[in-house]
Amino acid sequence: MKWRYFKQNLFFSLSRLCALILAVAIGGFLIYILVNGISAINWGFLTQPPQDSMTKGGIMPAILGTFYLTVGALITALPLGIASAIYLSEYAKEGPVIRIIRIGVNCLAGVPSIVFGLFGLGLFVVFLQFGSCILSGSLTLGFLILPTIIGASEEALKAVPQTFREASLGLGVSKWQTILRIVLPNALPGILTGSILGIGRAAGETAPIMFTAAAFFTAKLPTSIFDEVMALPYHVYVLATAGTHIEETRQIQYGTVLVLVGLVLSIDLIAIVIRSYIRKRKRW
Amino acid sequence: MTEKSHTSIQYEKELHDIKERLLYEGALIEEAIENAMQSLMQRDSDMARSVIDADDRINELDEKIEEKCIRVLALRQPTAKDLRFIATAIKVNGHLERIGDLAVNIARRALDLNEVPPVKPYIDLPRMADITREMVRESLDALVKEDCGLADTVRKKDEEVDNLNEQIFRELLTFMLEDTKTIHRALLITQISKNLERISDHAESIAKMVIYMVTGKNVRHQGSTRNCEQ
Amino acid sequence: MKNNNSIIETKNINFYYGDFRALIDVTMGFERNKVTALIGPSGCGKSTLLRLLNRMNDLIGRTRVEGEVIFEGKNIYDPGVDPVDIRRRIGMVFQKPNPFPKSIFDNITYGPRLTGIKDKSTLEALVEQSLKQASLWDEAKDILGQSAMMLSGGQQQRLCIARALAMKPEILLMDEPTSALDPISTAKIEELIEELKKDYTIIIVTHNMQQAARISDYTGFFYLGKLIEYNPAEKLFTNPEVSQTEDYITGRFG
Repeated sequence: MKWRYFKQNLFFSLSRLCALILAVAIGGFLIYILVNGISAINWGFLTQPPQDSMTKGGIMPAILGTFYLTVGALITALPLGIASAIYLSEYAKEGPVIRIIRIGVNCLAGVPSIVFGLFGLGLFVVFLQFGSCILSGSLTLGFLILPTIIGASEEALKAVPQTFREASLGLGVSKWQTILRIVLPNALPGILTGSILGIGRAAGETAPIMFTAAAFFTAKLPTSIFDEVMALPYHVYVLATAGTHIEETRQIQYGTVLVLVGLVLSIDLIAIVIRSYIRKRKRW
Repeated sequence: MTEKSHTSIQYEKELHDIKERLLYEGALIEEAIENAMQSLMQRDSDMARSVIDADDRINELDEKIEEKCIRVLALRQPTAKDLRFIATAIKVNGHLERIGDLAVNIARRALDLNEVPPVKPYIDLPRMADITREMVRESLDALVKEDCGLADTVRKKDEEVDNLNEQIFRELLTFMLEDTKTIHRALLITQISKNLERISDHAESIAKMVIYMVTGKNVRHQGSTRNCEQ
Repeated sequence: MKNNNSIIETKNINFYYGDFRALIDVTMGFERNKVTALIGPSGCGKSTLLRLLNRMNDLIGRTRVEGEVIFEGKNIYDPGVDPVDIRRRIGMVFQKPNPFPKSIFDNITYGPRLTGIKDKSTLEALVEQSLKQASLWDEAKDILGQSAMMLSGGQQQRLCIARALAMKPEILLMDEPTSALDPISTAKIEELIEELKKDYTIIIVTHNMQQAARISDYTGFFYLGKLIEYNPAEKLFTNPEVSQTEDYITGRFG
């Protein structure tokens, strides 16, 4: 009798320990960045372009660039991803073709980001002759986060109870209207979750944008989607490895990382707030 | 006939129990009729009194059976054949109780007749009693076995009993006309005959209920031409 | 049983789930403004038949229908017929109450809005009428804006009935509508069905034989995909024609 309780408590304790380790690790990581980067943050840092070979000044162009690229990735991936998810979840009949498509999507999720970068380079930059620009970068990042969006959206759609669809169809509402007015709205929280994950990846990836969009330095801010941009992760990468003043710009590197993390967390927070609002209204 | 039994064994038992009790009540009544006749034939007043006392047992049984039938109605919501059986059982129970009362009446008349010298040897009365006892037994058998054919036989015997009743009356009428001193006794005997005739009517009603139960068709108020083949 | 006052009838229906034949040669007519109950043990095909009547079975893959379902002179399985249109005229209420996670008001106006009714006062009148028909108006009239999920099980089911009635169907199909409800809610809905049959034709599938006996005018008994007996309820429950029927309703099955 007591042995059963002991086993149970042991298991719970181990689980708590793992959670604790995780929390400590993440917390530690965030604190480390905060501590090291906070000194670089000031208003000028956030609004000024870099000066003196990046040793002084700000990272504003990079912030803007990352923002454009992330938004572009979402514009690419969300419609395509949600539409695919709707097809897979609502319309597709089970069979070998569908299984192959699903396997393809899952595999795509595991492809290393550098491969996406080369893919983007080959297709968008060279073949379609877009050149290195926001468009190529957004498209590449879009494809990168597509599997995540599709996966999360499909799960969210499947989680909507079948009884809702039945009730709607039983009233003489067409399948498409049912999807548009009942299924999608109720799947929104899950889709938003997928978007959150997607945003995080798109904003933080370096390899996909190295050859497709990012430049180390742009003299002026981008004015069209065919312009190259600076980007936060790329900025850190260059400063820390290939730049001319690696040690002197250490401060700026940490500051940049802090800004990147802050930016992603803020967008996440907004998405989370929207999601919980929707969840409250659509409790089922 | 091999019957499928209810999924609920308890239910099956309850129905079986009611049938058993009805058969037992029938047996008690047969005994009452027999003993009442014997008390007349043997001029045995003690036996007559025992018949009167035994009626208490029959009444108790009657109440018990009715209770069990109501219980099945309330708790089992019987349908179709089971419903017809319960409806039949309740009515049959009523008929049996009345037969019991009629047997008691016969015993009472016997008590009266035993005080006075006999009018004539009894020939037809015992014959009537035998037939009515048969009818009671067979009608209850028909109920339990769900045997329509047997029920028809019972209905035919009623005619015979009616004829015997008439005969006895005519015979006694001549006695009464010949010798007015016999009127009192003769009237008592006609009453016994009437009671037996009514017992056979009750048995015939039981047979008609059996036909309803088996076929679902009501033959109670039709002429005697309708039977279970139709 | 032949019926000249049928509003919908099936002719030699055979229904297949893949290779499995779930309904075998079912021919029956359902009389207008009456309640017809379909009873039978699990897996006998009664729910399948019900869903056939408004083409809800179309939504399951690998199904095949042979035979006809005649409604208003046409076979509803003809290629030219739009199932969405059929489902507006033949509504359905399901076993487990399934209101949408919207307000009571929006639940009822969901269907009508999608058929083009936009005018606010028309919608409000429709909501009131539907809720009154479903015996829910008094309980709901002050909380129309509240989420439907706040209602009790019995109220939710009546809401689903109101929602179906808002589309003004001619036939209402009910698939074991009270099996998930407590006895009092069940009684309220049975009472409701008694009222509704004045304006609608009701076809109900039920596991509960006493319910079928209480509320139906006609009852059909199914077993292993076949229609075994189809008679007025009073006849079927006091003196059924087929011994299989009697065995089932007296509990002698097995």
